[in-house]
Amino acid sequence: MSDVIISVENLGKKYAIRHQDQRSNYKSLREVVARKTASLFNRRDRQAARARTREDFWALRDVSFELERGKVLGIIGRNGAGKSTLLKVLSRITEPSEGRVTLRGRVASLLEVGTGFHPELTGRENILLNGSILGMSRVEIRRKFDEIVDFAGVEKFLDTPVKRYSSGMYVRLAFAVAAHLEPEILIVDEVLAVGDKEFQKKCLGKMQDVATTEGRTVLFVSHNMAAVNQLCTRGILLSKGTKIADGPSEEVTSMYLMDAVASIDGRADLRGHPARPQSCLPLITQLTVRTRGEIITSTIPSGEEFAVDICVTLPMPLEEPRLAIAIEDSYGRRLMTFASYFNTRRPALPPLSSHCIIRCDAGKLPLAPGRYLISASVSTRDDGLLDSIDGAMWIEVVWNNNYTDGEPYSPVYGPILKESKWFVIEPL
Amino acid sequence: MSELIIEAGRTEKNYWRDLWRYRELFYFLAWRDILVRYKQTVMGVAWAVIRPFLIMVIFTILFSRVAKLHAPASMPYALLVMAGMLPWQFISASLSASSESVIQSSNLVSKIYFPRMIVPASSVITSFVDFLITLALMAGMMAWYRFAPDWHLLALPLFVALAFAASIGLGLWLCALTVEYRDFRYVIPFVVQFGLYISPVGFSSDVVPAKWRLLFSLNPVVGVIDGFRWSLLRGQAHFWWPDLTNSLIMTAVLFSSGIWYFRKMERGFADVI
Repeated sequence: MSDVIISVENLGKKYAIRHQDQRSNYKSLREVVARKTASLFNRRDRQAARARTREDFWALRDVSFELERGKVLGIIGRNGAGKSTLLKVLSRITEPSEGRVTLRGRVASLLEVGTGFHPELTGRENILLNGSILGMSRVEIRRKFDEIVDFAGVEKFLDTPVKRYSSGMYVRLAFAVAAHLEPEILIVDEVLAVGDKEFQKKCLGKMQDVATTEGRTVLFVSHNMAAVNQLCTRGILLSKGTKIADGPSEEVTSMYLMDAVASIDGRADLRGHPARPQSCLPLITQLTVRTRGEIITSTIPSGEEFAVDICVTLPMPLEEPRLAIAIEDSYGRRLMTFASYFNTRRPALPPLSSHCIIRCDAGKLPLAPGRYLISASVSTRDDGLLDSIDGAMWIEVVWNNNYTDGEPYSPVYGPILKESKWFVIEPL
Repeated sequence: MSELIIEAGRTEKNYWRDLWRYRELFYFLAWRDILVRYKQTVMGVAWAVIRPFLIMVIFTILFSRVAKLHAPASMPYALLVMAGMLPWQFISASLSASSESVIQSSNLVSKIYFPRMIVPASSVITSFVDFLITLALMAGMMAWYRFAPDWHLLALPLFVALAFAASIGLGLWLCALTVEYRDFRYVIPFVVQFGLYISPVGFSSDVVPAKWRLLFSLNPVVGVIDGFRWSLLRGQAHFWWPDLTNSLIMTAVLFSSGIWYFRKMERGFADVI
């Protein structure tokens, strides 16, 4: 079926940012009246004032796409790219500033888990309340009540006020209500960010059901690339309010991940890296990838010698430093970690101070061809994690006939191609 | 399948259809407010009766014994006060509740779509439920004083509707204004207090001198209170037709302009709240 159910044309949303009065967003009558009467007498003054005090911030600009019925679309992008704004416009919570959206079906949005839940009410009462807020009729809620309770697994606690629930129960109940909506179009915004692994699996499973067996159209926003690839066939990448990619989800998620600081020929400067969490110290300054001795490169043949040089700048000496390098594939799945404290009783590294370069020699790199992300971290036994950058740089692994004795590459091998020793045990 | 087009500045013809589709939400939000009020209380719903009762007792003592305002000789002063308190409580509680309503539900407004008018309207409904309880109390009082109402009672539903319309009109105005200008949050309690003294709650409308009559009757509450007294107390309370006409006009203006202003500002709620 290729009937278009959502059609977005040149959508734009702007917000006005004030500059003069930075105290608050709240307007006070006194200010508004004073300003308006003052500028009433001077038109030029009025215009100048308006230009000075307001700046337009375009959260979305010129976004267009079409989505057919029954398809699942993933919307990804960095924080601040405009994903939530797009969802808000599609959910009619906020009005667009330009462009237009055409919807040919009922929309239900799940932008936050447990919206409308009141902590004083019991689970039973909240199911009714939340269901009604999300758009279900009383009859519908009553009909699905048992299913919802079953999905959430809170039957024992139905008559306790929700404020007494554990956060896991709360989130399960909230999602259970929303999962049983029956709209034509379902919009889900990063709700998988809450809850444990089991809950996330359940959510994904349910959303998959909704899409495949029930045939509804789903728009899914997430930072979890594995989830996006599992659920969606198509993806849209947003950056700073504009759409920069639209295609099969593997391609688009790959583009998003590879948007890390580009490594130029095997070296990456990590001094001001955006992926470094606020809580970390900027200890790691540079990563250099080498193969076969001293060759610096970001392209490594499968099974070839692989080493990473980590430059650190330490403001204080570290007694028992522990360094680690991790490798993730283009789905964001972590495949392996090389840590200085693996398989060694004595500390592998001596105490370090000021500037040093530490080499991680990983031997033969047993990876299948593809693009991979390298993450690095510095920690100590006593102080824990000091610095960590996920996705610091990428490398490209290419097929190596020598490693495989002439065999061509096939994806059935999986991502890791480890060398092993083979003997004949019988007959001797 | 009906098509919905979302565009900048497009007036939603679907809004009224949506209001109907979401009609159960009126009930659910009011139900939630009432339920939450009495959770974890020992007295529970008894408070719904005790509160207005105490207010009535205090005001009767205050206005008749202390302030020495008196009713026309033919009826007990307490009944006169109560008949005025009834609609006043409804309207003032509606105003206070609805002006805060959208701000308090800011998480709903910024995360879910539904016609926002339902939020202040359901606060009015919550106050209406309290009103009904107080009305039952009034009936009890009238039985106590052996003062039975006559055919004038038939007009009561009209005045209830008038009170409702005035509450909604004012409520929508204040609600929309408060979202934009937070000052109103602090102004409203004061205005309500002030309103109590300029509305004929503790006194009867006929004590107002003729030259202030016109100004006085612009207060929509005046028509409502006079009407309540007229219908509940056998038409013995003073009643002036020009007053009623003014009230009707004011209420109609407030109601329609309230809806207009609220709809105009509603689009920006999620951005401003």
